[in-house]
Amino acid sequence: MATIDIEDVSKVYAGATEAVSELSLHVADGEFLILVGPSGCGKTTALRMIAGLEEITDGTIKIGDRVVNELSPRERDVAMVFQNYALYPHMTVAENIGFALSLQKIDRQEIRRRVGEAAEILGLGEHLRRKPAQLSGGQRQRVAMGRAIVREPAAFLMDEPLSNLDAKLRVQMRSEIARIQRRVGVATVYVTHDQIEAMTMGDRVAVMRAGRLQQCDAPQTLYDAPTNLFVAAFIGSPAMNLYQADVDTAGERLRLGEQTLELPEAMRSESVIGPYRSRSVVVGIRPEDLADAALAGEGSADGRLRGEVDLVEALGAEKLVHFRIDARRLDAHDERLSTDEDVELGAGEIGAAASTAGVARVPPASAIEAGTQATFAVAVERLHLFDPDSGEAVKPVGAGRPTGEPA
Amino acid sequence: MSSRAVRAPGAAASRTVRPHPGAPLSWRRVRKRAWSVGFYLLVLIVIFVALFPFYWILRTSLSTNADIARGTEATGLAPSHLSTNAYSQDFSQQHFLTPLINSAIVALVATAITVVVATMAGYALARLSIRGAGAILGFILLAGFFPVLAMVGPLFLLLRDLGLLDSIYPLILAYLVYTLPIATWLLRNFFAQIPRELEEAALVDGATRLQALRKVVVPVALPGVFTAAILSFILAWNDFTFAVSFLETPGNFTAPLAIVNLGQSQFQVFYNRIDAAVVIITIPIALLVLFAQRRIVAGLTAGSFR
Repeated sequence: MATIDIEDVSKVYAGATEAVSELSLHVADGEFLILVGPSGCGKTTALRMIAGLEEITDGTIKIGDRVVNELSPRERDVAMVFQNYALYPHMTVAENIGFALSLQKIDRQEIRRRVGEAAEILGLGEHLRRKPAQLSGGQRQRVAMGRAIVREPAAFLMDEPLSNLDAKLRVQMRSEIARIQRRVGVATVYVTHDQIEAMTMGDRVAVMRAGRLQQCDAPQTLYDAPTNLFVAAFIGSPAMNLYQADVDTAGERLRLGEQTLELPEAMRSESVIGPYRSRSVVVGIRPEDLADAALAGEGSADGRLRGEVDLVEALGAEKLVHFRIDARRLDAHDERLSTDEDVELGAGEIGAAASTAGVARVPPASAIEAGTQATFAVAVERLHLFDPDSGEAVKPVGAGRPTGEPA
Repeated sequence: MSSRAVRAPGAAASRTVRPHPGAPLSWRRVRKRAWSVGFYLLVLIVIFVALFPFYWILRTSLSTNADIARGTEATGLAPSHLSTNAYSQDFSQQHFLTPLINSAIVALVATAITVVVATMAGYALARLSIRGAGAILGFILLAGFFPVLAMVGPLFLLLRDLGLLDSIYPLILAYLVYTLPIATWLLRNFFAQIPRELEEAALVDGATRLQALRKVVVPVALPGVFTAAILSFILAWNDFTFAVSFLETPGNFTAPLAIVNLGQSQFQVFYNRIDAAVVIITIPIALLVLFAQRRIVAGLTAGSFR
């Protein structure tokens, strides 16, 4: 049981590619921290540096009170679950789980007891004498977990442990891993590219992009108050609708194409909107903040947006309405959302298409149909504004929170 | 042969709609059957060509001198009566046991050293980032296929100057000259195919590099280790060139070298004794390959990864 402290850690590979730059994170004892980001963002490299499988170019990593920079993996007392499980194919399930203990020269009775305990937790009791080849994907995943928990290590490291499972099993194992982690109460760093895993499993989520930490917060904070465009677009499914908009001279209205939205009180203050008067910003609207105006009622004070409905997806509990408005949308190709580093951000290059798509999440009672005009009620107090050059969030005063600290 | 021939009509019937039952064989089916008959005929021919010489050796070894003297016209493919005289004479009169033991010592020790050293060298070349690993590998491969005869001269001078001629133990070192490169090359390629995560898992589980190699990598690469061991054993066991060059006293001979002198007397060549000895030295190799084949196949059923 220990904390993990990562301070200004960088990893530079030969050829000067910087996989991780100046990463700082603190994982409290028993905390479940998720490292999430697109492939190639350095999250796995960061994890491997904690494990000792990758050398640290700069900075320090502490597990408990020990600086572990120069320690070999075996001296760090961490357990790791690999993406492809990496079970020892020549050993039985029991031998796989007990391997670390047998290396520690613990006596056989004790090993058998602890392996039995771990197998009990994981529901592997009847498979202890099988070889990995005879197990299903989900069972192998459990063996890999068993190998980690049986050691009672200082920290768990998990590298996309669910990505090899089918969708149904993944949902099941997601909650199971979270449950086991809570039960054993060991500091855990969990790497994934799946933002749903990130949102549902962790106490806090660290979003990385191109080797840099973007934001580290509780899942809900990340969702409600993304610090920049990248996080806003990465977290949430369907993704946040992002459009280019213009602020009027008074700093009270936003113009999206031909339509306008009133800015909420909180954003109208000089310190927030001041610098953007008569300039463009990027506005972000979560799909669920676009309601069917016909259901919202006349009295609501929300803004209105009209759109051309392309498609309605009925998912049972809700409907996803795909529409177009005549504002310019930022799409996934936009450089502020892409994973490449060191791109020059130029406002002039925002999305080429003049009329672009959006998604609204409405209740099944909504009568919106494809091929018609629909009016959406916009929850303006939940609008997100971003600086078009830096991509940083434009926040009401006091809404920001320093990143990298426990929530 | 039968499974194909039997299945073919059924398969054809399920695909094509027959006009009525009992229609004559279509051209397609006739051709298909002819193909499979031809295929197995070819297999039989190949097996015959491969095994006939060995059959002939076995036949000769079990014949009496008198039968051999009468020639094949009189006896045909099988000897008129079987005799194990040649075998017993090999051991009682010719002391063939000594060279057999010499061969076993040389081949086994050379194999053991080869496997241990090649495992470590192959692992290092597969895993550690060594400057010029490619060049080292190229050199190793070159050394492995260097003509044996070209090495005899230098090695002879070396052993002579060191006073190590006419003994089986220096012979072991000589065999390492070509078993080691081939085994190292082979094992390096086996190790390179083993997922890195497997060792990393062992390292995180608390193993040292050497423990990870011994307890995880080698067991997983067992088919490769067996292949390297068998190859080394066969190379050392079968060698004639080094043995004939470096050994002098019959008591120090290895089996292949002893065979040459086995059947010679002043007046007669005892083909049956020579062939009996050939059968004897073939048996360990045949057993080894049969046994190892099973191990190699068993080793391939890995399941740690998806």
